[in-house]
Amino acid sequence: MSAEAAYLDRYLPGASALHGADARAKAPMTVGFILATSALPVGAWAWYGVMCAAVWLAVAASGVGLRRLAGRTLIALPFVLAAVPAIFTRPGQPVGELPLGPWSLTAIDAGLVFCGSVLLKSWISVTAASLLVATTPATTLITALYALRVPPVLVRIVAFMHRYLFLLTEEVARLLRARASRSAALDGPVGGSVAWRARVAGGMAGALFIRTYDRAERIHMTMLARGFDGDFRQRAPVPLSRASLTGAAAVLVACGGVVALAHMSAWL
Amino acid sequence: MTVAAGAPALAINGLTFHYPDGREALRGVNLTVQPGEKVALVGPNGAGKSTMLLHLNGLLQGGGSISVFGQELRGSDKRTLQQVRATVGLVFQDPDDQLFSPTLAEDVAFGPLYMGLSEQEADRRVGQALAQAGLAGYENRMPHHLSGGEKKRAALATVLSMSPRILCLDEPSAGLDPRARRGLIQLLAQLDQTILVTTHDLHMVRELFPRTVIMDGGLVVADGPTGAILADQALLDAHGLELP
Repeated sequence: MSAEAAYLDRYLPGASALHGADARAKAPMTVGFILATSALPVGAWAWYGVMCAAVWLAVAASGVGLRRLAGRTLIALPFVLAAVPAIFTRPGQPVGELPLGPWSLTAIDAGLVFCGSVLLKSWISVTAASLLVATTPATTLITALYALRVPPVLVRIVAFMHRYLFLLTEEVARLLRARASRSAALDGPVGGSVAWRARVAGGMAGALFIRTYDRAERIHMTMLARGFDGDFRQRAPVPLSRASLTGAAAVLVACGGVVALAHMSAWL
Repeated sequence: MTVAAGAPALAINGLTFHYPDGREALRGVNLTVQPGEKVALVGPNGAGKSTMLLHLNGLLQGGGSISVFGQELRGSDKRTLQQVRATVGLVFQDPDDQLFSPTLAEDVAFGPLYMGLSEQEADRRVGQALAQAGLAGYENRMPHHLSGGEKKRAALATVLSMSPRILCLDEPSAGLDPRARRGLIQLLAQLDQTILVTTHDLHMVRELFPRTVIMDGGLVVADGPTGAILADQALLDAHGLELP
């Protein structure tokens, strides 16, 4: 396995109770937790603290390490940027000015609260999702999705993507290496024009698409050769243990309780 | 699928095939393989070897006729073709195409489950096929964690689990290091099925296959005992083959 492929593997092996828990319980718990977090009212800082504490406790119990997980949660940042315009557009009291050359943007208090809420909620949600992925091997998670009756075509797409993402990454790395090793320089101007470089990059993307398409055709052939008839068959899962069911139910009820309490305290 | 008593494992008569762009890949291939025979199919790149293999279980359908243990593939319904696919196990050249499931156990169970076997029987076959391929205990391994040699053997296991009577392998030893190649040759030597293998590895051909068929330009140009074929230097030269 190449370095690129190793980097893609998100599972961090461990022996914690969270690692050992049934993925069919962990996945709904995580989804429930994320839904509850996003359903909390805007500006309910104390409740965000409760959710944050809950997810940190789980991270601590898993032994994955908060610092290691925190790096992965940065993936939430680009989504938070979408909430930034709200700082300047929500109705409310102005709290400051941001000069932009001849213009200036006025920050609004309600907008700041909204943006801060989105930032915190996204970060808590992504931490929970990262924890699930760090404590559950991808293959187990995929099997759990089948068992949870997620439409099999969707799960199959996820499974194929996971399986072939590694190959695709390696293929891209090989293409880039081949380009880099021929990107030699002599004295004088180097590198060609931007248009030429764009054409090269476009060609590479095209080559990659055709290779991927060809591979998909070949995979389909190997499936047909083993009797595939278009219908996805899956093994019957073993029943979920009582402990897993109770655990999942407890977490989901607690999440519901937090949302209800947070909304009630917001009204009072 | 009806199996005719005394019928050859494979009987190919006048097989032709054109690619959609009009290129002629097969120009009337004739070949008969008896049950239990081990045949090497050699020839230059583009000779039509792999294309011919894809016809043997109905994945491609060209002109001419192919019968598997007496069952004619031309005009067969979908159900019969699926039964033929349980009889002719096809192992593709790139194991990354063959191993498409998240874990090895799922991949090896794919064929048996589609054959309609029970889960218990599929599990039993997974264990058996992996052990036969020297991969016992690899059930939960992900394909991208395997070495090249392991992937090749795993690809073979995905077909062995279907207990096919005929095994067709496309370049099984290509790209393997000497040790992995040796492991694969030992594995092939232990199999008692009818085997048809396309390869450029004439070392392996000499070691494992009593009969050799040379294809070139979409035709069978020579067919005979491996010793005689490999001793005919002029024939080898004419078809771009080189003795090790």
